[in-house]
Amino acid sequence: MPTANLKVWRGDDSGDYQNYQVEYGHGEVVLDVIHKLQATQAGDLAVRWNCKAGKCGSCSAEINGHPRLQCMTRMEIFEEGEEIVIAPLKTYKLIRDLVTDVSVNFEKAKTIPFVDLEKPAPGDVRRMAQMDIDRVQEFHKCIECFICMDVCHVIRDHPDNMDKFVGPRYFVQLAMVAMHPLDQHPKREMVAYGFGLEYCNITKCCTEVCPEGIHITDNAIIPLKERRVDELYDPLRMIGRALFGKK
Amino acid sequence: MVADAMSALQRRYGKTHRKDRWWVEPLLSGGGLAAFLLYSTVAVVVGPNWSYEVGPYLSPMFEPLIRPDWLPRWFSPGFLILWAPAGFRTTCYYYRRTYYRSYFLSPPACAVAEPAATYSGESKFPLILQNVHRYFMYVALVFNVLLWVGAVKSYWMPGEGLGIGVGSIVMTLNAFFLMMYSLGCHSLRHWVAGGLNSFSRTPIRRLRRKAWEIFTIANEKHRMWAWTSMIFVGLTDLYIRLVANGVITDIHTWKSF
Ligand code: SF4
Ligand code: SF4
Ligand code: FES
Ligand code: FES
Repeated sequence: MPTANLKVWRGDDSGDYQNYQVEYGHGEVVLDVIHKLQATQAGDLAVRWNCKAGKCGSCSAEINGHPRLQCMTRMEIFEEGEEIVIAPLKTYKLIRDLVTDVSVNFEKAKTIPFVDLEKPAPGDVRRMAQMDIDRVQEFHKCIECFICMDVCHVIRDHPDNMDKFVGPRYFVQLAMVAMHPLDQHPKREMVAYGFGLEYCNITKCCTEVCPEGIHITDNAIIPLKERRVDELYDPLRMIGRALFGKK
Repeated sequence: MVADAMSALQRRYGKTHRKDRWWVEPLLSGGGLAAFLLYSTVAVVVGPNWSYEVGPYLSPMFEPLIRPDWLPRWFSPGFLILWAPAGFRTTCYYYRRTYYRSYFLSPPACAVAEPAATYSGESKFPLILQNVHRYFMYVALVFNVLLWVGAVKSYWMPGEGLGIGVGSIVMTLNAFFLMMYSLGCHSLRHWVAGGLNSFSRTPIRRLRRKAWEIFTIANEKHRMWAWTSMIFVGLTDLYIRLVANGVITDIHTWKSF
C-alpha cells in the first residue's frame, strides 16, 4: 500500500503543522486518509464531515493551498510520497485542527431577503413557466461548503471587509431571489446597497473552486452588477425614470 | 477583533501553500496584454508613416477611416477612433479579471495572498468608472457593423470589381471574431433579456430570451473570443501593412495592386 506524507495543521491559532505518514488504498480520498490518521495516530484530530459524498459541504479544507472538499479529493491526484499540506479554511476563525467557525455566514444569510411572491390570479394557483425557473435552478445546487467565501480575496486578504460584503455564496442566494420569476421586490432594493457587490472585482476565484460548478461570477454576480448599473449608474435610465416615473 | 485574529492566523499560514505554478497564468496573460498594447500603440502612432491601406484593404485599427482635410499629416487618424475599442476592452468584465490579477495582483491567483494592505474593489473612483461598460458596448456594436462593411468592401476593388484575396479572408475572419467577442458581452446579455425575471410573459420577451440563449453560448467562451479577436486585430493590421509596404505580396484575383 502506498504511504501518504501528510502535513496537517494541529491546534488553534497558536498551533502548528505536524507531519504524519499514513497508508492508503486504491480509490481513497483525502477524507479517508484523515479518518485513518484519526483512528491510528491522532485520536484527538478534529475534522468536520457528514456525507462523504460531496453533498453536505462540511469537509472543506485547504489541500496544498487549494480550497476544496476533502471527500472529493482523490489521493490519485498526488504523486506517491509527495508532501500533502492539509490546512483549515483560512478566512474563518479557527476552532481547532481542521475545524473553523463558519457562523459568520449564518449572520450573512439573515441579510438576504426572502422571496416576495406575487399573488396568484383570483381562483388560480401560482404558476411559473419552466423556461423562467431554469435560470435560478442552478443557484439551488449550492451545498454551502463556503469554499467560495474562503477563496474570495475581498475577505480572505482583507477581513475588514467582512461586514460590508456578503460574499459569493450569498450573491448566489441573492440572485436566486432577485431573479425569481414571481419575486416582486423593487429591483433597486435587491442590488443597490448593503450587499457589497461593488467590492467584487470579478476575478472569478469563487467560480474556479465551487465544487457544484455553479457559474457564480457569470450567472449571479455579473448579472447582479449589471442590475446595479441599471439602478445607480445608467444616465439614460435615470432620465427615463425622471420622465416616466419609477420603472 | 475577529479580523485581528484572522489576519494573525493568515500571517502564520504564509502567503500560499499552492505548489502548482500559479504564477504562469497571470504572467502569460499579463505579458500577452502588454504585447498587444505595445503593438497597437506603435501601430496607431506610426500610422501615417507606415501605410495602413492598400487596394480594397484597410487595417481594422483605422476602421472607420476618418481623415478630414484639416487633420495634420503627422496626426494618426487611428487616434480619432481608438478610444472606442480601447474603452470597450478596458472595461470588459473579462479583461478586468485579467488585469486585476496580472497587474494589480488583486489577487495574483486564487488563494495566493495579495500584496495590497487595503482594498475597496470597484466601489470608489477611479474603478467605479468600470460601470460605463454598457455604453462602450453600444458603440462597439456600431463598430461591428462598420468592420463587416469593411470586410465586404474588401472583395471589391475600385475600378476592377469583384474579386478575392488573402486580405479579404483575413478581414472577414477579423470581423467575425470581433462579432463573437461582442455578442458574448455580459452587458449585452443583460440588456437583451438578462434583466428580466420572467421570460415567458409576452411573445417579445420569449424572443428576447432566444437571443439571450444565443448570446450565452458566446458568453461562455468570452475569454477565448477576447483573445482570438484581440490577437487577430493585430495580425490583420500587420498583414495589411506588410502588403501595403511591399514586404510581402497578397495573393488575389485583381491586377492593379
Ligand atoms: S469573483 Fe468576486 S466574489 Fe468571486 S472570489 Fe472574486 S472577488 Fe470574490
Ligand atoms: S456557491 Fe459553490 S463554493 Fe460557494 S458555498 Fe455554494 S457550493 Fe460551495
Ligand atoms: S463530507 Fe459532505 S461534502 Fe465532504
Ligand atoms: S463583458 Fe467583455 S465585452 Fe462586455
